[in-house]
Amino acid sequence: MRRAMLMHRAMFVLLVLLAGAAPAWAEQAAPVGDPAVEERLKTLSNELRCLVCQNQSLADSNADLAVDLRNQVREQIVAGRSDAQIRTWLTERYGDFVLYRPPLKRTTLMLWLGPALLLVAALAALYLTLRRRRRDMIAQNVELTEAERRRAEALLDPDEGRAPR
Amino acid sequence: MRFLIPLAVFVVLLVFLGIGLNLKPREVPSPLIDKPAPAFSLARLDDPAASVSLQDMRGKVWVLNVWASWCVACLDEHPHLVEFSRKGLVPLYGLNYKDVPDAARAWLGKHGNPYDVSIVDADGRVGIDYGVYGVPETFVIDSQGVIRYKHIGPVTPEVLQNTIEPLVRRLQS
Repeated sequence: MRRAMLMHRAMFVLLVLLAGAAPAWAEQAAPVGDPAVEERLKTLSNELRCLVCQNQSLADSNADLAVDLRNQVREQIVAGRSDAQIRTWLTERYGDFVLYRPPLKRTTLMLWLGPALLLVAALAALYLTLRRRRRDMIAQNVELTEAERRRAEALLDPDEGRAPR
Repeated sequence: MRFLIPLAVFVVLLVFLGIGLNLKPREVPSPLIDKPAPAFSLARLDDPAASVSLQDMRGKVWVLNVWASWCVACLDEHPHLVEFSRKGLVPLYGLNYKDVPDAARAWLGKHGNPYDVSIVDADGRVGIDYGVYGVPETFVIDSQGVIRYKHIGPVTPEVLQNTIEPLVRRLQS
């Protein structure tokens, strides 16, 4: 009982610490009172890539540029611009690279369709291999010997293989 | 035939790996190439009362180099820029990006000043308009105010000699 309570307390402390760490990014940017704006900023910047640390989103990154960009995005949200307008504003400067979901274009066609094409190719290869193998077996006209047939029957018989009768 | 298919797959993989090794993922192609340079009007580093705008640069080919005194990589390219500017081929403007003016002036005093003029982008807004994400960066802008080339990271003597100089000459003629 006591141990469980200690565990709970430890978990609570850990949670408080983590909760303190999570919104650290928001502190660096000029705070705006409107939670709706912050919410939109967060959703939007989660879908945007930071150019300095390229494997982080704009929301996660603490790079100077990411902070500046978040501030500008926030300003634009406050100014009443739509998400699409803000994304366009960013891609005009940094290209489609900033978008974690790149638009479907001629240059990104392979990116979007490549995995599906690979899957189709793999399935086609599997189908062709199986068909050829089946055809080969029929062509070879494999007949079982009497002993083999009996063994197969024994293996397939549900009563066989259980405890001996 | 049995061995040809795995061999072919292996070769294709090798080719892709080779391509991957030669890509520079840190160099994001700028969408601003062949687009009009974003407008700006910024104070001069040497004379904060005076300002320079994009309009002032109309009619000439010029090079814009984004730098800062806090930028370590800028020191790498600095001697090459100093040498480049000595040739007097093209106006070299510095965009002093998110810097403290006093520190910037001291830096130029210590390492030499290759720039015809440096302009102060204290909050980095013009930098963002130019798609700057890693200082130093270097732009070549033509007489119509169109960005023709962008180099990300420190310029090397090779880039200056083999890319920027020929491009500037071509644009000037």
